[in-house]
Amino acid sequence: MNIDITTVNSAPRADAEAAKDASQVRQKQMIADHYEQLSRAREDGRKVVYTFVPGNLTELIRSLGLLPVLPEINALQSGMRKLSGNYIAEAEKLGHSEDVCTYVKCDIGMMKSGNVGPTGMRIPEPDLLLLSYTGCFTFMKWFELLREEYKCPVVMLHVPYQGDGEITPAMRDYVVRQLRDVVVPALERVAGHALDMDDLARRLDLSRQAENDLVAVWEAARHRPSPIDGYFGGVYYIGPIFSAFRGTEDAVDYYRLLRTEVEHRIAQKLGPMTPDGPSSEERYRLVVEGPPNWTSFNDFWRMFSREGATVVSSTYTRVGGLYDTGFRHDSRNPFESLADYCLGCYTNLNLPMRTALLERYIREYQADGFLINSVKSCNSFSAGQLLMLRELERRTGVPGGFIESDLVDPRYFGKANIENRVQSYLQMLEARKNKVTA
Amino acid sequence: MKCIVGIDLGSTTTKAVLLDEQGRIIGKGITNSRSNYEVACAVAREEALRAARFTLLERALPAATAVSMDVLLAAFRLELYLDELGELREEIDRVLRSLNYHRDRDELGAAVRSVLDGMVAEAPALFLGDGGRKSDFFRDIAGAGFMAGAERVALGGVVGFERLVGLFDRAILDVETRLVPRPFGALLRRAGDRCASRTSTDREREALRQAITFAAEEVINEVCFVGTGYGRQTLPFPKSAVRSEILCHGRGAHRIFPGTRTVLDIGGQDTKAIQVDDAGVVTSFQMNDRCAAGCGRYLGYIADELNMGLHELGPRAMQAQRVAKVNSTCTVFAGAELRERLALGERREDILAGLHRSIMLRAMSLLARSGGIRSEFSFTGGVCKNPMAVRMLTELVAENYSSSIVINTHADSIYMGALGAALFGLDDVRAGRPAVLPTFVRQSAPAHA
Repeated sequence: MNIDITTVNSAPRADAEAAKDASQVRQKQMIADHYEQLSRAREDGRKVVYTFVPGNLTELIRSLGLLPVLPEINALQSGMRKLSGNYIAEAEKLGHSEDVCTYVKCDIGMMKSGNVGPTGMRIPEPDLLLLSYTGCFTFMKWFELLREEYKCPVVMLHVPYQGDGEITPAMRDYVVRQLRDVVVPALERVAGHALDMDDLARRLDLSRQAENDLVAVWEAARHRPSPIDGYFGGVYYIGPIFSAFRGTEDAVDYYRLLRTEVEHRIAQKLGPMTPDGPSSEERYRLVVEGPPNWTSFNDFWRMFSREGATVVSSTYTRVGGLYDTGFRHDSRNPFESLADYCLGCYTNLNLPMRTALLERYIREYQADGFLINSVKSCNSFSAGQLLMLRELERRTGVPGGFIESDLVDPRYFGKANIENRVQSYLQMLEARKNKVTA
Repeated sequence: MKCIVGIDLGSTTTKAVLLDEQGRIIGKGITNSRSNYEVACAVAREEALRAARFTLLERALPAATAVSMDVLLAAFRLELYLDELGELREEIDRVLRSLNYHRDRDELGAAVRSVLDGMVAEAPALFLGDGGRKSDFFRDIAGAGFMAGAERVALGGVVGFERLVGLFDRAILDVETRLVPRPFGALLRRAGDRCASRTSTDREREALRQAITFAAEEVINEVCFVGTGYGRQTLPFPKSAVRSEILCHGRGAHRIFPGTRTVLDIGGQDTKAIQVDDAGVVTSFQMNDRCAAGCGRYLGYIADELNMGLHELGPRAMQAQRVAKVNSTCTVFAGAELRERLALGERREDILAGLHRSIMLRAMSLLARSGGIRSEFSFTGGVCKNPMAVRMLTELVAENYSSSIVINTHADSIYMGALGAALFGLDDVRAGRPAVLPTFVRQSAPAHA
């Protein structure tokens, strides 16, 4: 997901400024403040924990007074700022293969190039690597590499996969036990003091408030025209809650503000913002599966927005937490709800569950089509995607499309080829629409 | 006569198809895409317009005439070729005049004129005899003739082969990217005169003359243009007149073979696997991504490696006794593997067979991703003209799906994209949507509006 709006809007500056909502300005300030705090962490005597977006335990980290850093976000930021190509080359020089996840290589390349974050300030070294989610096998290898580099401890939370399509009590207990016996003690050791359970409960309540507002934003896409783009626009909306801000007052304020703005758009019957300003018409409603490409994010977005295609829902915007199926953080059962959160991340769902979720989005949001952006180096997402595509077509009769690109490796974004496919796909939807109405 | 024009701008060739208002194909044209899309479009359209006039001619000629349409067409092409040779001569003269620091300019001029004179002399046999042209493109025919002539002249003369060919290379690009208006009537009359000796009576001669006049003077009104293909972003078409090549190929193939449910199109740098419904509307598709190995250019590269013509590859591969297993999926590596196997003494035909199978294996993978193969299965694009490609595909379909699947190929398969584009144009015309003419029509030749 993205954090810094200004890096994205490469449209003429006046447009970018005009297009900026109050929530975007607010988010940008939150991010800037966070990186500022990080850059001063050593002087201020604050400890830093590196962790991942899926299964992030931000409330725990914050309750212990620690500062979170999310290497995935640094990587996608580098992608958007056109730095990732060089970082990846740097990592490949060190011996990392061409086929390895490009987030990992981008992160390692950035680290080797001075670890300067998106706001131009240096990111401090970690005091602890919190491997909070194991559904992505690469995460383990990633932190293994960072451990070698920083010589700092790793604490691992093993999150069982929902292979049978459910969270059993045994799975929940297993995660809760790890949290109590391993993760919290490790965090306490770094913090130098014990966890304050009251503060954790307070933060979980804050999480719940923000989550309620976020779900309202997602569900706004049921309107015609949809007031939001749930993928290209959606990656901005998840910025705070998927990164350093879940369980903070800042996040609560941000999502309240965002929800108000979206409700205003609904009342005005306005479509979503696009890189070229407000969208003028909604010709296609799409559901998208898979992460976006970050190196040509705006070009990619425009391939849709300029054809009047709005993404009404997406699964990528659920990787750091799936809330629209009912889950909320719960201060009455703090560890249990943190466990359920980790177990319920989108990529921890098995293929039938993912298919069912996509089917639900297609139906609920009345999509004309669904598109898969397949990223070869991200197996958490890409394995099984073609099977899902066929099954969804069979169940819904809605045509699926398939394109391939990469997260942050600019070599794997073939603009002409991808544009060709997207246009062909949208024209196919048009031809089929005409056939139905004819 | 009103007609609708579909243009498919491919990476290798540009195709145009003309439909009449009833949706019948009245003309087709093809040219090499050069590096200039606008010219390629204009030339392909010009070719299709000529073909349309031949359709008119055929309709106007009495059934039992002594001059066959084939002969007339060949004679027409000959006249066209001679005109183009004239332009080549002028361009070469211009190049020669610019070589003012060369002491042997006069000798060079005499030698090149001798080459060109020879080409003019050989032209009738090339078109009207059994000369067997290997291409219909001026660049290819003239290129082959010039090389042969230059070799001959260089052998006995004072001017080297390379210098002669250098003149051709400098001139040809300008010649083929220049749009010269060529009055159809004049060319056809010359062709008619050339064939007149084959007619037996004055009455026949008169009938031919009248038919020619009709075909040349009938007003062809192009009411709609639709463009598609690889270069469609740069096509001089308004956005509303551009359609995706996927939709066009699916629709074109379905028009020719209405039973079509799966289409495989292999072009110069694209492979497309397309599923269509009973109306020819695309339901899903897959295209090669990131890498174009396994497309037409792969065969082109192999042909170059073996110093063979592209059209010779398939027939040669058909003589294989066994199919060598080619492991490389990369075109360049496959070239290296080819050389290595040749060095090890493997038969050229067997290796070629293996290379063809390797292309088709890639296509099979794409087809599987698009949803498999259903009957009828239509194979289109330039590569389907290759008999070994068709044979390998047929074998693989039988191995992986069923031998009962009907596989269609068509001599005009290369035109499917342009045909589909024209069919979309016909929809527009029938729906009363206003057509916008592409820029090259206004620039190059007057539309008969």
